[in-house]
Amino acid sequence: MPHDPADRRVTVTGPPRRALRSHRASGYYRPRTEIDEQTTLGHTYVRSLMRSQLRAALTVFAVLVLLVGPLPLLFAALPGARRLEWAVLGFALYAPLVLLARWYVRRAERNERDFVRLVEDR
Amino acid sequence: MNSSFAVPAVALVVVATVLVGAFGLRVSRTTSDFYVASRTVGPRLNAAAISGEYLSAASFLGIAGLVLVQGPDMLWYPVGYTAGYLLLLLFVAAPLRRSGAYTLPDFAEARLASQAVRRLAGAFVVGVGWLYLLPQLQGAGLTLTVLTGAPDWLGGVIVALVVTATVAAGGMRSITFVQAFQYWLKLTALLVPALFLILAWQADGAPARAFEEPAAFREHRTVRVQDALALKLERPLTVTVHGTVDGRPHHGTRLLLPAGTHRIDAGTRLSFAPGTPVPAAAGPGADDALSPSRAESRTERPLYATYGLILATFLGTMGLPHVVVRFYTSPHGVAARRTTVAVLGLIGAFYLLPPVYGALGRLYAPELTLTGDADAAVLLLPDRMIGGLGGDLLGALVAGGAFAAFLSTASGLTMAVAGVLTQDVLPARGVRHFRLGTLLAMAVPLAASVLVGGLPVADAVGLAFAVSASSFCPLLVLGIWWRRLTPPGAAAGMLVGGGSALLAVTATMAGFPGGGGAPHALLAWPALWSVPLGFLTMVLVSLATPGRVPPGTAAVLARFHLPEDLRTEATV
Repeated sequence: MPHDPADRRVTVTGPPRRALRSHRASGYYRPRTEIDEQTTLGHTYVRSLMRSQLRAALTVFAVLVLLVGPLPLLFAALPGARRLEWAVLGFALYAPLVLLARWYVRRAERNERDFVRLVEDR
Repeated sequence: MNSSFAVPAVALVVVATVLVGAFGLRVSRTTSDFYVASRTVGPRLNAAAISGEYLSAASFLGIAGLVLVQGPDMLWYPVGYTAGYLLLLLFVAAPLRRSGAYTLPDFAEARLASQAVRRLAGAFVVGVGWLYLLPQLQGAGLTLTVLTGAPDWLGGVIVALVVTATVAAGGMRSITFVQAFQYWLKLTALLVPALFLILAWQADGAPARAFEEPAAFREHRTVRVQDALALKLERPLTVTVHGTVDGRPHHGTRLLLPAGTHRIDAGTRLSFAPGTPVPAAAGPGADDALSPSRAESRTERPLYATYGLILATFLGTMGLPHVVVRFYTSPHGVAARRTTVAVLGLIGAFYLLPPVYGALGRLYAPELTLTGDADAAVLLLPDRMIGGLGGDLLGALVAGGAFAAFLSTASGLTMAVAGVLTQDVLPARGVRHFRLGTLLAMAVPLAASVLVGGLPVADAVGLAFAVSASSFCPLLVLGIWWRRLTPPGAAAGMLVGGGSALLAVTATMAGFPGGGGAPHALLAWPALWSVPLGFLTMVLVSLATPGRVPPGTAAVLARFHLPEDLRTEATV
């Protein structure tokens, strides 16, 4: 640590949480659009974005459940298929996980782009 | 095992960690630097840092150990550790970053405007963090013991000292560099020896018996039982005994043990003939009450436990304090998402390796099942399979990687726990108090690891996941997607879900109820009922207190979900 007084570290404090919050609540959003003014119409827009994002998330989640959910049952039903269990759990499952993630990110980013376009065209 | 290379390797990792941390120290100037690296960490560096932080002792040593003892069912652990990031991406990543809070308690307060919920979330962060730090320190102790014969506690103390020093000195920015460096170190440390081990396995004629049940001894092998254990036999077993079995002393007697449970005293040597199936150490031995999963032999392991494990790991990741804090270092929500995808790829690649060690361990070191040191399989295999100078060098590489694993996860956890302690427990804030918080964050689990000991690494981590999945997962998911969440609902859900999971886990660790069967499985794998319980309580109590929905909810949710380009336009 430097000991030169000019170079010395100053004492800084943690982020003032209260101030941060009230700042956010009062003036963080300049009233420019319905969303920022928090009108009913603005809320409807935000809701529609949330719904499309949640739909994308739930779609991927459903695929994941269908993919992974039956596996323990399958392995229990086929006690002779140890090699299959090794191959699936040790190797084959990872690529689908990454692919699902990439698909979701593309979809979520597209939802956001569409939303921005919708809001700005207005 | 020859320690003349391993000790320098471990020392090198420790020194490199301190040096990389010091490099970060020079650029760490403000509180914002200190906690979240001023939010300027790009997706690639951040993804490597998240992965480096996440791949703990449980991943590096524990998975191979569990697979060795219990077979491929245990591969659900790495699958769950990875899939947890997919769920985090789906439901949490971008909104969490956009929430603009620093820690989980900050998130709770920003969403619900309640100091009480904030403090409760803080308590759970500290609890989960300590529960997760414990196995890291124990793993370090085990590694050092296997390498040098040093006493159990020494490795834990070394890790604790290094981590406290780096975290207290540099904070998150230095940690970001340290973690990213350690991901690549860990990957190399498992990958290079794995390649050589696979070559050795092929040179050995590529025996594939590892995949069959049960594992069997390939050659004549003598095992020294370190701690007294109960041996559960499903079939009669022929074995040569030096020592005490079932209370009767033997000196080189060839015994035919009938099916059933046999008690082997500490210090007994058992010699197995080639082809003998490896018996499972099971049942109430010396400290087996501590290990829910080791206590269930394969046949007893109910389907229910597998699903409990899946649920806990899939949903628990998003609530781990050291994982969540990393997302605040992304510059914006889109980067947070892309970072998560990169993380999935990085840890997925890493998790291809532990199963290799587990499978080879079943072939070449099956007796570790009996000695209770299964977690050491990864460390012992290079010496066992390759031997000589090459084996020593590879063993040293693995040991260095293992220490990187302890150091990185422990520093991330310490960072998160210390952050909460500084902000919510200690009286004033600031860098000096953060240092005090760091000390406190590490002191408690260190004391616990010296006092308790004996919990298998991956099991302890599984418990932390169960608690996190039943408390933070409902808070995050409902907080981000559900408008009608109220502070009483969130508090009740966290207390009922997380609290019951914690109680169940404590009861299991204390050996209650013994024996096994349905009640035991229910308590040892609480996630399957405690997660729905947490969600249900949170929803019902919130619905019952509709008047307590925080007034700013709509604005807060808009901030969580609106893309940044809309928001920057609004603020300019």
